[in-house]
Amino acid sequence: MIQAILVFNNHGKPRLVRFYQHFPEEIQQQIVRETFHLVLKRDDNICNFLEGGSLIGGSDYKLIYRHYATLYFVFCVDSSESELGILDLIQHLLIFFLIAPKVFVETLDKCFENVCELDLIFHMDKVHYILQEVVMGGMVLETNMNEIVAQIEAQNRLEKSEGGLSAAPARAVSAVKNINLPEIPRNINIGDLNIKVPNLSQFV
Amino acid sequence: MVAPSLKLQDLIEEIRAAKTQAQEREVIQKECAHIRASFRDGDPLHRHRQLAKLLYVHMLGYPAHFGQMECLKLIASPRFTDKRVGYLGAMLLLDERQDAHLLITNSIKNDLSQGIQPVQGLALCTLSTMGSAEMCQDLATEVEKLLLQPSPYVRKKAILTAVHIIRKVPELSNIFLPSCAQLLHERHHGVLLGTITLITELCERSPAALRHFQKVVPQLVQILRTLVTTGYSTEHSISGVSDPFLQVQILRLLRILGRNHEESSEAMNDLLAQVATNTDTSRNAGNAVLFETVLTIMDIHSAAGLRVLAVNILGRFLLNSDKNIRYVALMSLLRLVQSDHSAVQRHRPTVVDCLQETDASLSRRALELSLALVNSSNVRAMTRELQAFLESCPPDLRADCASGILLAAERFAPTKRWHMDTILHVLTTAGTYVRDDAVANLTQLIAGAQELHAYSVRRLYSALAEDISQQPLVQVAAWCIGEYGDLLLEGNCEETEPLQVEEEEVLALLEKVLQSHMSLPATRGYALTALMKLSTRLRGDNKRIRQVVSIYGSCLDVELQQRAVEYNALFRKYDHIRAAILEKMPLVERGGPQVGEEAKESKAAAKLSEAAPVPTEPQASKLLDLLDLLDGPSEDAQHPSPLDPSPGGALVQLLDLPCAPPRPAPIPNLKVFEREGVQLNLSFIRPPGTPALLLITVTVTNSSGGDVTHFICQAAVPKSFQLQLQAPSGNTVPARGGLPITQLFRILNPNKAPLRLKLRLTYNHFGQPVQEIFEVNNVPVETWQ
Repeated sequence: MIQAILVFNNHGKPRLVRFYQHFPEEIQQQIVRETFHLVLKRDDNICNFLEGGSLIGGSDYKLIYRHYATLYFVFCVDSSESELGILDLIQHLLIFFLIAPKVFVETLDKCFENVCELDLIFHMDKVHYILQEVVMGGMVLETNMNEIVAQIEAQNRLEKSEGGLSAAPARAVSAVKNINLPEIPRNINIGDLNIKVPNLSQFV
Repeated sequence: MVAPSLKLQDLIEEIRAAKTQAQEREVIQKECAHIRASFRDGDPLHRHRQLAKLLYVHMLGYPAHFGQMECLKLIASPRFTDKRVGYLGAMLLLDERQDAHLLITNSIKNDLSQGIQPVQGLALCTLSTMGSAEMCQDLATEVEKLLLQPSPYVRKKAILTAVHIIRKVPELSNIFLPSCAQLLHERHHGVLLGTITLITELCERSPAALRHFQKVVPQLVQILRTLVTTGYSTEHSISGVSDPFLQVQILRLLRILGRNHEESSEAMNDLLAQVATNTDTSRNAGNAVLFETVLTIMDIHSAAGLRVLAVNILGRFLLNSDKNIRYVALMSLLRLVQSDHSAVQRHRPTVVDCLQETDASLSRRALELSLALVNSSNVRAMTRELQAFLESCPPDLRADCASGILLAAERFAPTKRWHMDTILHVLTTAGTYVRDDAVANLTQLIAGAQELHAYSVRRLYSALAEDISQQPLVQVAAWCIGEYGDLLLEGNCEETEPLQVEEEEVLALLEKVLQSHMSLPATRGYALTALMKLSTRLRGDNKRIRQVVSIYGSCLDVELQQRAVEYNALFRKYDHIRAAILEKMPLVERGGPQVGEEAKESKAAAKLSEAAPVPTEPQASKLLDLLDLLDGPSEDAQHPSPLDPSPGGALVQLLDLPCAPPRPAPIPNLKVFEREGVQLNLSFIRPPGTPALLLITVTVTNSSGGDVTHFICQAAVPKSFQLQLQAPSGNTVPARGGLPITQLFRILNPNKAPLRLKLRLTYNHFGQPVQEIFEVNNVPVETWQ
């Protein structure tokens, strides 16, 4: 079972915090801080597994993390999860976070790495919704990219159809229509991550 | 409210624009005030936006509890936009400890049944994240209905929600069990993944469910086979491996189902072999699947060849350049080391190499595994490696490494001297990290090994002269110097270099320890007592010692003061018994491993033979207490005061010592032990050519209904004998007269002294550990005359 998913930047500022087991608020913040300190001490060329800190769980729990540019993705899992599998999942999650919000962003930044973190920052709620399609109740729900993106799209359509207060959704829609698809990178290369982006034109 | 409320994005921009923590706090507090006002006013249109902002600041660590009721209102709203944020808020802000959480139960129930998929999805997600036991009980039937709905999206979410429900309320498992069989026929991977997770959860909780699902093993094997042999499919494959997550889950379930179940294990053998040999290991996804396969192979009743293949795969992974792979390989080997010890031993050199890793996680795992791999044949080599590691390892691993080495040394030490050297080395390298009982263990060991006294005291003296900061070392050294100071000054010991030590040097060293600010109070106590003991061991006069002792009579430390005052009194008023009190100490009794016992025996017996020609030793009475160890409660060696100073009386008591008369018994066999059907018999042979040699064959039989496992027999004899134990034929005696264990003892008895034998047995019987210690006094006379 996955106990928590934490994403924070190189300075420890939380970007996404999701616990699948209840902790009081102060403890949650403490866990984020402690995890950050633990993970910060690690060099870049050593393994991605850490015995967990004292706050989360006990000796059964470990931290599996990946460091991409300015972000740390940390999963706190127990022994029932496959370590290598979770590493793959983190990689997947990054793709989902990168691709799916792309259809909401009204402007595309030039520097790719900044887009990654900024996307997470400015669309915190959307990121949660995406996460909910991948991991639910501490267990892996779905790993098929097409399914997840399709679901997000369906939800967005539902939201748009309900109308809205401001023109923001309408602007978003037109922005989406105007997105020049070839600008969505075909290949994502960050650090050791090499992903070939699937064709999403059917969703726009 | 005059100004229109900020959008989430705008708030985020403002927060990011804040340059300091204080500024950020100010912005957020202002905004929270607005949000609170908006909640009070009950504005329905903007509510979702306000809650979204609140959730953002909540993530940054600011209080957000006043948004809880708003979550409820948003969930109850018919709009999807509202529900979405409301449910998210419920998951982040509400939990079972607040009473408010029950209020959303009704909303969830409505949302589950109204048929709009995204909404159903939200409701299920919330239930599976924060659903309490009461909520789960109320909503279980609703969730169950959704398990067999047409839409796979809803179904897969319902399945995982069912897992959560079972975790919270195990009694509800029965509701979900029947649907599982049908769900296994699904082709949708998301549904399959959830189903496997659900079945795994059910099997882990209930043995009945486990038996039920063992019937579907063939089906699972089929699903996995399809996955493995399917070609590349863009939808599910990661790096060319078809849906590795699903494969891993199925392998885990197969592991649980095949454990201890012959039939299931057989059904999966072929497939596991196929996966193990055909998976592409060049990418992480393939390795994840391969690891699970290896673990599954080792856990079920698999063919021997397959097990060897599996361990070899792990060995290969140990050499992989990717550190993550090495880490997982080390962890897996650690899991296997108990059950397949010899297979893992083959990879010992590689494991030891991993100790050199700079990565702390890896070296920790390598340390654990190395310690588990130490056995009597490789103990010297392994200890050398571990000691080298101890010198260079990071501080947080030192304590574990030190105690690991000491434990291994205790269990497998080939000779006492090696044991002593090892402990000494650990103390000098990592003295501050050893456990507290290491000091006691070492003093026990040294005291027991009489032949090592000279050697130990010299080595310890040299170590102490170099460095007085490592407290355990200082304590042991001080004790040793106190006890065996006379041996230290004697001059030559053949096992170390000749060391010429003057009395003054010894005293100066102990005083240095006493005065050093690095010494703990306990250490200083040791040093003071050692000084005192030296007053009888050294040949010079005791002026210096008396001086020190009287100074410490006014020491601020109460313990030291008390000691010093008492010692002072010894010098002044009780000088005539000073020598008696400060004599060499007898061995402290301790329920320990064989080393201690054997030493105890020889020490006690040594006292027996040495006491006779030295009648002035008043510790003869102490001696007789010791003999209780040998003779058992049936003897009447009871003497009250340990410090009876009259020598004559002691001698008389000594001569009164009853010896157990040997009972005549036929030579062939002697039954010495029986318990619950387990019997131990001794048979004796005296080879004609060598009158001093006696061969004893120990036979262990088992007529009971339970197997005897992990059988170990240890023996001790009085000092004048020499005992050699040969390796036993095995350590298991099957039940109901299974093949017995035999073990040969060779005893040399040059003095033709009466043979006494003390035996210690440890074994497992009927699942319980058993330890028996007993004496054999009734060996036939023909064995030793």
